[in-house]
Amino acid sequence: MLDINKKIDVKEILKDLENYRPKRRGWTWREKSDKQVYGPFEYTDMSTPLKNYIGIPAAQYFGNIDPQPNNTITTEIASGRFEDDIRRMRMAAWHGADHIMVIRTAGQSHFDGLIEGTPQGIGGVPISRKQVRAHRKALDLIEDEVGRPINYHSYVSGVAGPDVAVMLAEEGVNGAHQDPQYNVLYRNINMVRSFVDAAESKKVMAWAEMVQIDGAHNANATAREAWKVMPELMVQHGINALYSFKAGMPKANIALSTVPPTSAPAPNMKLDLPYAVALREIFSEYKMRAQMNTKYITSSSREATVTHVMNMLISRLTSADIQSTITPDEGRNVPWHMFNIEACDTAKQTLAGFDGLMDMIELRNEGFLRDQARELKERAVLYLEEIIKAGGYFNAVEQGFFVDSALYPERNGDGIGRKIDGGVGAGTVYERAADYFAPVTAHYGYNNVAQYDENAVSNPSTLIDGCTFENADKIIYIDELDENDNVNQRMAESEKYRGEHGESPFVKPEVQWLGDGVVQVEILLPLYLRGAQYAAIEFAKKMNLKDVEVIHIEQMHPTEGTRVQLKGVLDFDLDMRTVEIPPEPEVMSDDEIREEFDKYPVKIVAGTVGEDEHSVGLREVIDIKHGGIEKYGCDVEYLGTSVPIEKLVDAAIEIDANVILASTIISHDDVHYKNMKRIHEYAVEKGVRDRFIICAGGTQVTPEVARANGMDEGFGRYDRGVNVATFLVHKGREKRGQ
Amino acid sequence: MKGFLKRDDDFAERRQHLADLTDEQLKEKFWSLVEEIVDPLMELAEKNTSPAIERSVLLRMGFSSLEAKPLVDGAADRGLVGHGVGHVVYRIAKEKNLDIRTAGLELIEGKHWDDAVAIFKGGAK
Repeated sequence: MLDINKKIDVKEILKDLENYRPKRRGWTWREKSDKQVYGPFEYTDMSTPLKNYIGIPAAQYFGNIDPQPNNTITTEIASGRFEDDIRRMRMAAWHGADHIMVIRTAGQSHFDGLIEGTPQGIGGVPISRKQVRAHRKALDLIEDEVGRPINYHSYVSGVAGPDVAVMLAEEGVNGAHQDPQYNVLYRNINMVRSFVDAAESKKVMAWAEMVQIDGAHNANATAREAWKVMPELMVQHGINALYSFKAGMPKANIALSTVPPTSAPAPNMKLDLPYAVALREIFSEYKMRAQMNTKYITSSSREATVTHVMNMLISRLTSADIQSTITPDEGRNVPWHMFNIEACDTAKQTLAGFDGLMDMIELRNEGFLRDQARELKERAVLYLEEIIKAGGYFNAVEQGFFVDSALYPERNGDGIGRKIDGGVGAGTVYERAADYFAPVTAHYGYNNVAQYDENAVSNPSTLIDGCTFENADKIIYIDELDENDNVNQRMAESEKYRGEHGESPFVKPEVQWLGDGVVQVEILLPLYLRGAQYAAIEFAKKMNLKDVEVIHIEQMHPTEGTRVQLKGVLDFDLDMRTVEIPPEPEVMSDDEIREEFDKYPVKIVAGTVGEDEHSVGLREVIDIKHGGIEKYGCDVEYLGTSVPIEKLVDAAIEIDANVILASTIISHDDVHYKNMKRIHEYAVEKGVRDRFIICAGGTQVTPEVARANGMDEGFGRYDRGVNVATFLVHKGREKRGQ
Repeated sequence: MKGFLKRDDDFAERRQHLADLTDEQLKEKFWSLVEEIVDPLMELAEKNTSPAIERSVLLRMGFSSLEAKPLVDGAADRGLVGHGVGHVVYRIAKEKNLDIRTAGLELIEGKHWDDAVAIFKGGAK
């Protein structure tokens, strides 16, 4: 069990891993309750609530509700250090992610076998049994904390697809990318090997009830003009989807990785929506994983967020079973903690906002949308016809059909071509002999089990008393292979910030790794672009940042100004034992205060006292417009500025108020405290001090000194209406003897 | 460039035979064409194996990734992969009355391969 008030103890996660077994296997979709009520609202496209969560910032205005969309929400983590990814998973889960995709390190596709241990990766982690097991173990705890199953996702591609598939199945991984076309087109792995391997991988994934995501989105990201690749995308989806189904995967677990192909300033709805409609009509039996467009992502996190939102409009106008989120910083660095959270929040905000959209509108069934969708389908069908005419898939790949930059049937002759006998792993496919045999579960293809036992044909692993799929104790766990490149070494380096059980008094800023010290700085310089770029670096250096890099730069005007975002390393830490943290002021909920004021009416006389014309602070505390105490339903008689002490108290007596609020800003010669004392003494003289709660406030007011000068309480520069109201409730109860 | 086909968009002529299909018929056509492309690939997978598939079989039989690799290499060196590398281990275990893991570990040590070759290449079952 995790304790909300404690950091997750990564050392504890890594302990005794060799004996850890996942809680379950298979994918879990979100649950949809009949009536989806969050706060005062009833929703139609939401799922059941979380036990623990952090809502989007505006939730504070709506009773802290956090409606959970019915789509699975994906977050992608790619720091390269799985031990630091664990903490980010927990943050993301609280913000509504229930599909955690930990990106695989560059280069693993060509590794012929499993990677073992925990070497550091580049732009992702090496997927190994230890890494996967640690992550699944952490998620087993995190999902209990938030109260919803979390799907863990990995990758089954490359020359070791079947090995990886088996390992993921054994480790309770819930979803994976698998698409032999990805191997062929983007990793130049031999195509025969890729398809032969893929059938085995898919059969294993089917046993593990994993959801599969295909690799077609890569065609979108690779194509020169991404909107022209739409007919091919449908072809690629079709090949992988049917291949998977025929290898034994249920259609309900086969998801298309679909991306709106283009982005504004292109008229992207006109291009993307017909495609989305065509795709969902052709693939009506399959699941949709909606990814946002990354082809045209830039270093502007604002722009990426807008693209994300527009893409989610398409998800809602059509459908999306899994809504992927791409972090808004993906265009400039591997995702940082807070941008995973931003992306999850963007998805929640958008999908909650679009709730019920399709109950109110519908897509037109004639005209531009319908014509375009039809045309795309026809182009895809023509594409398939030509593949067959060319002699099948392998010949089509050899002839450069795929990732051609033209809108099929136009061809630009610039596609990716591969040789049937070329690529990594060429010549490593062996024909199965008549006696070919494999005594294991979930094995695809010819298997002569009958030669040993006719009764074992449907269950070959009975011949070895069960394989690892039936008996997990047969799994051989390897801890580490490299004594220098492993998690223990990395954690030793950041031990100062990790502490014994995840708690250390020392703290450093971080964006992805514990103690990385990276901070982001944003500045606007009244300079032209290039001048600003280099000036900004100098400013950052003067701020004591090291390894300074410009991560985003945008012209405000060719000469008037340039906006620059930089990152740099802040190379010092803080001992939290030296930081003075004042106790948090207690604040009551709006409802609680309203109820109390309703039962025990509050009438206030307020004014700025002495020769003092400041009015802003007091107005903010009072005015309903600024969220002041008026909103709780009390009467306020505001007397204005430079109000004489006597007038303030006399007015309170006259209108039978029970609260006096005096604002006093000018503090020269302690006049503000003198005023407080005079108010108190005047009220005592008049014999009315007990009738009133008297408070003073101002930018220079310290509560202790205010009380020493006869006030019931003093309020400083950070106090607002709610702080004053909370005090009035407490003081009122005290006076009534409650 | 790469010598691949270049062609202008001839969609208008090329689509003539599709023009009269309903959306439903077009969808059926899409899937029957995909099936025509996919079926030979499935057959290929049905009839063939690879080092990765054999390693994945050995993993499931209770070998580690470090053990699976030399077993597959040993079988490949002797032309036995087509019989199934898990099969080789299984058969040696049976013949020598060993448990599966011991049989595999002894094969990694270099033992029993001559017997394996004799069994599988001698035409015996």
